[in-house]
Amino acid sequence: MSYSDGTFVDVLQFLIMGIQRGSIYAMVAMGFNMIYNSTGIINFAQGEFVVLGGLMMVSLTMAFNLSIVFAFILTVLFVIVAGILMERLTINPVKEPTVLRLIIITIAVSIIIKGAAMCFWGKGSHYMRHFSSTEPLDFYGATILPQTLWIFAILLFLVVVYVIFFNYTMTGKCMRACAINRDAARLAGINDRKMVMLSFALSAGIGAIAGIIITPIIQMDYARGAMLGLKGFGAAVLGGLGNSMGAVVAGVLLGILEAFGAGYISSHYMDAIALVILLFVLFIRPSGIFGSSEAMRLKEF
Amino acid sequence: MSNSILELEMLRKNFGGVVAVSDLSLQIEQGAITSLIGPNGAGKTTIFNLVTGFLAPSSGHIKFAGRIVNKMKPHTIASIGIGRTFQNVQIFPKMSVIENIMVGRHLRSNAGIFYSCVLPPFLRKEEKRIQEAAEEQLHFLNLAQHAHAPAGSLPLGNQRMLEIARALAIEPKLLLLDEPASGLNARETIAMGELIEKIKQMNVTVLLVEHDMELVMDISDYVAVINFGKLIAEGTPVEIQENEDVIAAYLGE
Amino acid sequence: MGGKNSVGFLILIIGIILIPFMVTNDYYLGVLIFTAFNCLACIGLCLLMGYAGQISIGHGAFIAIGAYTSGILTAKFAWSPWLAMFCGILIVIVIAFCLGIPALRLKGHYLAMATLGFASIVHIVAVAAVDLTGGPSGLVNIPRLDFFGYVLSSDKQYFYFSWSVVALGVYIAFNLINSRVGRGLQAIHGSEDAASSLGINITSYKVQVFILSAVFASVSGSLYAYYMNYIDPGPFDVSHSILLVTMVAVGGLHNIWGALIGAVFLSLLPEFLSFLSDYLQVLGIAYQPDYDTLVYGFILLIIMLFLPEGLFKGFGNITQFVRSIFKKFSKRASDRVK
Ligand SMILES: Nc1ncnc2c1ncn2[C@@H]1O[C@H](COP(=O)(O)OP(=O)(O)OP(=O)(O)O)[C@@H](O)[C@H]1O
Ligand SMILES: [Mg+2]
Repeated sequence: MSYSDGTFVDVLQFLIMGIQRGSIYAMVAMGFNMIYNSTGIINFAQGEFVVLGGLMMVSLTMAFNLSIVFAFILTVLFVIVAGILMERLTINPVKEPTVLRLIIITIAVSIIIKGAAMCFWGKGSHYMRHFSSTEPLDFYGATILPQTLWIFAILLFLVVVYVIFFNYTMTGKCMRACAINRDAARLAGINDRKMVMLSFALSAGIGAIAGIIITPIIQMDYARGAMLGLKGFGAAVLGGLGNSMGAVVAGVLLGILEAFGAGYISSHYMDAIALVILLFVLFIRPSGIFGSSEAMRLKEF
Repeated sequence: MSNSILELEMLRKNFGGVVAVSDLSLQIEQGAITSLIGPNGAGKTTIFNLVTGFLAPSSGHIKFAGRIVNKMKPHTIASIGIGRTFQNVQIFPKMSVIENIMVGRHLRSNAGIFYSCVLPPFLRKEEKRIQEAAEEQLHFLNLAQHAHAPAGSLPLGNQRMLEIARALAIEPKLLLLDEPASGLNARETIAMGELIEKIKQMNVTVLLVEHDMELVMDISDYVAVINFGKLIAEGTPVEIQENEDVIAAYLGE
Repeated sequence: MGGKNSVGFLILIIGIILIPFMVTNDYYLGVLIFTAFNCLACIGLCLLMGYAGQISIGHGAFIAIGAYTSGILTAKFAWSPWLAMFCGILIVIVIAFCLGIPALRLKGHYLAMATLGFASIVHIVAVAAVDLTGGPSGLVNIPRLDFFGYVLSSDKQYFYFSWSVVALGVYIAFNLINSRVGRGLQAIHGSEDAASSLGINITSYKVQVFILSAVFASVSGSLYAYYMNYIDPGPFDVSHSILLVTMVAVGGLHNIWGALIGAVFLSLLPEFLSFLSDYLQVLGIAYQPDYDTLVYGFILLIIMLFLPEGLFKGFGNITQFVRSIFKKFSKRASDRVK
């Protein structure tokens, strides 16, 4: 098969598109996992962080004409503050948390962020300039946007930072200890409340980055949060909830499946594909493809 | 033993590497009070969970009234006549005391969801029967004055009583009580002992897990001692009190 | 139905009878008819969430299925609206059964996400299956309901009809709650282990109440289709499912009256806000309907943080509080007199 063969190019093109979408799902899933590990909460506002990141970046680069790097940093900081505020104002004060109550609280936060985004940025979708050139590159016959390369690179960078942070820094190790056994960690002198706040900050930050890098390609609007959140959750479950490296693989896999589904089945049903996979995983193997069902049973849902 | 209602044959339960119950064989005499004692973590609650279908055995058999019940679900086990209480009280705190017991009449009534929604006249009669049975049960346990209080508002002693009343409402042949006297004061403990003896007189076999040795030795017909999931002694209370293995296990060699 | 609830029921009936005499404006009557649809769905959702303790963020999907089944069968195949509504119920029963068996094994967050995913899928299908649903441009020519040829043509008639269905729904819900099955459901909510130790088949009960609540949603959807005579996917997106959860949670999860109050409150809130916006304009604040979402979010958040039992219980607590203060006060006053 030479690379001028049409089907080969198609496959390659779908693969590139899939990894690009999947990178975003992977990052959303990592965000879910961070908060889940430190609190046992699934944050229904996770998708909203992505939207917030994207839209803020649009304003800073397009309206205020800041440089990409500077706007990037400001945006991430802004969303991190939003994440910290969320934890301080809505999660921390809850004295008698029940799963149902926490779910509804994070839903409320997602409605608020979505409402605020609509008020500030309106209902339309927003164009943002690419990080570098918009000239597509040729890759064995398929085309690839420089922005897509940025996305791959940033995902890779985040994975490396993630591994270093959780394995080689004290704070990261403390967070992991909290995730494994909160009570024991507290006895060892770790301030678990601070860890919870930190997990919201990090999770918001990673959401913001996902929003920033994808916006030049998909053109962000205020209403995208729910779908991004759902698919990201799909990736998190597929990779085994709480397992962030699993989530990265699963996210990319989900993106690829979606891209091929859209290409070979029907583009109208593209969004449904990831969701159908989500339902199947939930029903058949809620521990995910990498998780063991034994470990799953020990977890409290 | 001549007439056993429950037989455990080479029963085993592993949790990963932990062997909670280790090839245990035991027979429970019908109509008697048998106590299961042993140090913390000996596997007593695990045995209850195996018998009532909350856990599946890793190997071995459980026979109830001559029938193998290993693979049955908890609700099926309840329907063939095994009632139980839980070590950490499991009442329905938001429902009233009498409603708690009415839930116990579930197996003795049969309205489905459709009839429950439209409430035809014959159902009102069934509802009345459930209520009357529950009231009777409340009187039996001297809880009648609390009938309409939310169950969660009762003191612990009464909550344990209520849990037993609710288990009795299913009219079980065998009742498993997991530490019914833990957390009770001396007076409440005596009342609990009297209640368990009354239950025996109602021709219900009782299997009791309890740490209060005075209570155990007082009311039990037989005592079985387990440690590390193994049976180390069984016999009458007097025999057990003199058994050296038991003393060793409790003092922890 | 017990004492307090029969009083509540009586008030509901009297309210239903009187309101059309007081609200003569067709627009507001229409709003109240929509409120009835929301109430109906919320009663079912309350049975599921408040009494059986299972969360569903996917009930908008069952409303959509009810509405589209009714719409398609009447508009495209000229079925009788009643038969189409019945058919919608059957379809929803089958779907809820198939979804419920695997989904209800899941707990908490997983169940919430599974139902949310299901709702998204249904919405996507409603948009994409153009041949069947008409796609984004919708489905027209759906007839009104009729009783043996007597068509419910005026809004007043439709008001009475839809609110009668709500009253019937309340009656059914209370029958269920105070029955063997209802107690079983509440028991499951209290402690699954204890419930199954008493012979309650947990899975079967969860699936049954899931189906029942889906049927409430389906009927609500059918009534909506017959009232609008036109449906498109817009109102059936995920945010509608979330709105239903919001209504039940705001009113009070553990009480049917709470769910009704929540549904009425949030259904009328946009009207109230637009009414308020006239006054805000005077103060120099330009309130726009776009801000509604934000207001919803804050109301939900504040209630979950400070009145987790919902408005219904909240009112109770507040009146109790006021009463206790009043008592103290009067006692002090009488002491002083002595
Ligand atoms: N679900 C479970 N998963 C893993 N290990 C378990 C589980 N349940 C019990 N165990 C372990 O099995 C052993 C026996 O526990 P069990 O609760 O049966 O003891 P027990 O005799 O009831 O103790 P106690 O007197 O403290 O109630 C313990 O080591 C316990 O840690
Ligand atoms: Mg125990």
